[in-house]
Amino acid sequence: MAEIANLRSPAEAGLSKLFESARRSFAAEEAISREEAFRFFEATGLPSRRVEAFKYTDLRAAIAEAAPPAEAPSLDAAKAAVGVARGFAGIEAARLTFVNGHLVRELSDLDRIPEGVTVVPMGEALAKGDAALKRLAPVEQARENPVYQLNTAFLADGALITVAPGVKPQTPVHLRFVGTGETPFSTATRVLVQLGADAEFSLLESHEGPNGVTIQPNDALDVVVGERAAFRHTRLNIEGDATIALSTLSLKLETEASVETVNLVTGAVLSRHQIYVHIAGDDTNVVVNGAAMLRAGQLADSTLLADHAAVGGVGREQFKTVIDGDATGVFQGKIIVRQVAQKTDGKMKSDCLLLTDEGQMMNKPELEIFADDVACGHGATCGAPDEDLLFYLMARGLPRAAAQSLLVQAFVGESVEAVTHEGARAALIGEIEAWLKARG
Amino acid sequence: MLEIKNLVVQIEDNRILNGLNLTVKDGEVAAIMGPNGSGKSTLSYVIAGKEDYEVLDGEILLDGHNLLEMEPDERAAAGVFLAFQYPLEIPGVGTMTFLKACLNAQRRARGEGEISTPDFIRAVNAAADRLEINKEMLKRALNVGFSGGEKKRMEILQMALLSPKFCVLDETDSGLDIDALRIVSEGVNALRAEGRSFLVITHYQRLLNHIVPDTVHVMSKGQIVKTGGKELALELEASGYAEYRTSEAA
Repeated sequence: MAEIANLRSPAEAGLSKLFESARRSFAAEEAISREEAFRFFEATGLPSRRVEAFKYTDLRAAIAEAAPPAEAPSLDAAKAAVGVARGFAGIEAARLTFVNGHLVRELSDLDRIPEGVTVVPMGEALAKGDAALKRLAPVEQARENPVYQLNTAFLADGALITVAPGVKPQTPVHLRFVGTGETPFSTATRVLVQLGADAEFSLLESHEGPNGVTIQPNDALDVVVGERAAFRHTRLNIEGDATIALSTLSLKLETEASVETVNLVTGAVLSRHQIYVHIAGDDTNVVVNGAAMLRAGQLADSTLLADHAAVGGVGREQFKTVIDGDATGVFQGKIIVRQVAQKTDGKMKSDCLLLTDEGQMMNKPELEIFADDVACGHGATCGAPDEDLLFYLMARGLPRAAAQSLLVQAFVGESVEAVTHEGARAALIGEIEAWLKARG
Repeated sequence: MLEIKNLVVQIEDNRILNGLNLTVKDGEVAAIMGPNGSGKSTLSYVIAGKEDYEVLDGEILLDGHNLLEMEPDERAAAGVFLAFQYPLEIPGVGTMTFLKACLNAQRRARGEGEISTPDFIRAVNAAADRLEINKEMLKRALNVGFSGGEKKRMEILQMALLSPKFCVLDETDSGLDIDALRIVSEGVNALRAEGRSFLVITHYQRLLNHIVPDTVHVMSKGQIVKTGGKELALELEASGYAEYRTSEAA
């Protein structure tokens, strides 16, 4: 029988080449199976619109050329880039700074990590075969995702963060990702956060870089939330306007654990944030919110899979997309409720505000329910700003643009309000205001 | 103060106002009564500048300036205030944020400086006390989860804060219980002053027991068909609108 092979795209061929040349430096590692990951990726290739999960975000078409993995930058270059970085800048936090995907110790607070929290740079962890590496990739479905597998194959840096049982640090840890340079490059970082029982931990994560450079970050965050532990995560994507930003968040929740994760996207020409939630223990509570504010030419994709495999999980997922110009928003959300997951209470909603006639929004909410005693719902809306509301505001003296801005801010604000950390919430609101101001 | 000359308005080919003429003098409280469908709410929206209406002819002059040439926000800055029959809920917009944004937008449009935060808070608190508005409500999103009466009180609070010249009250009494009606009316009466006029639109005479008008106009089929003193409202309460409906049919 004749074997039919898909023609490989130049980017796919480029990735194979890059992997071949990079594998020499990976050879000594046994802790992660890069080889297996890359073979998985090679079998699927860059997903195109023919793959259901990537129907609206065709990476094969979007990534014309595979950018080479970034070298570690010089300290001066790193300092210059970090000097102008604004993501969560004013907030008191212990910072782990990654420039072009490499941890810069001199610009990080490794000696100021809150008590009870340990941070092991990924380089060290890989070199000594840290036992915690076994807990990477805690969600099975993520391991079937080509973007995530590509991250594993090229994993260059990152950190293992462990929060001891019962520890509740006052200050958050800030993962500060900054890009710099004038030629295209790719990054692949992986951070694993493990919260012991009864711990409480806040993580900030910001991604930014220069305009006009095709940077291809592919970052992954794996989180295991122990029994009764609480994980709070605020993420900001203000990447440069030519960046193709891929990211994966994998969350595993043990009994009575809670998670709050809020992601605001205003940057990147194309971004895809994949969130995998595995509800492994009973009586968990999850809030997954996202907001995207997009200008002409941008595409932002939020893809969520929440897998309830235990009793009594409460899930609230709210996504807001504001679309200007001919931008495209994508929301794909799936809630799976397994037979054992009785009393699951899940609500997922995606709302879109179209500021022009040219923009588009792709909403694909799905429920797969195998248990019979659950309360689950999903909804999606899409529309222009309400003329009656605009008139009401204008009749009180607000000019049309200001009235529209107030409505947009209110619309997006609903998803950002969930952020518990006051400074992080204010930072997101600041970004929303800046976006509106730039729009005029 | 306000002069409406031969106003002709339609919406989707439906003629609503048919050459309406109306004058409201400085400091005057004018009431407009009339049966359903006579065009009362349309008149209030057209004064405030809602887009859905097509003005085919006429003028609306506020102190000699033609409102029809202005955007709704410009009319507000010029001193027009419409207390809505159904105030809208705006989720996500905090009441205080909204109030301050509106006040400052109007001040900027008039070339005045922005109000200081302490002055603003004092002004809001004073108005809220007068209208018996719970301060907790001011912390919530605008009108979200408010009762009908609370929304109407919030409209009057906005009116007090924005100090307009010409206030249009569109069926402010609808949905109010007796106590709320009294509170709202007292709030309006406290704002009666030289240099401020009111157009009070209502179906019922009861509101006019509280806000006593100087003039009462009867509107029918898009025109003012009768004008009198406050006693006209009592006559209408006794005889109903049948006469005006008949004249429409004739």
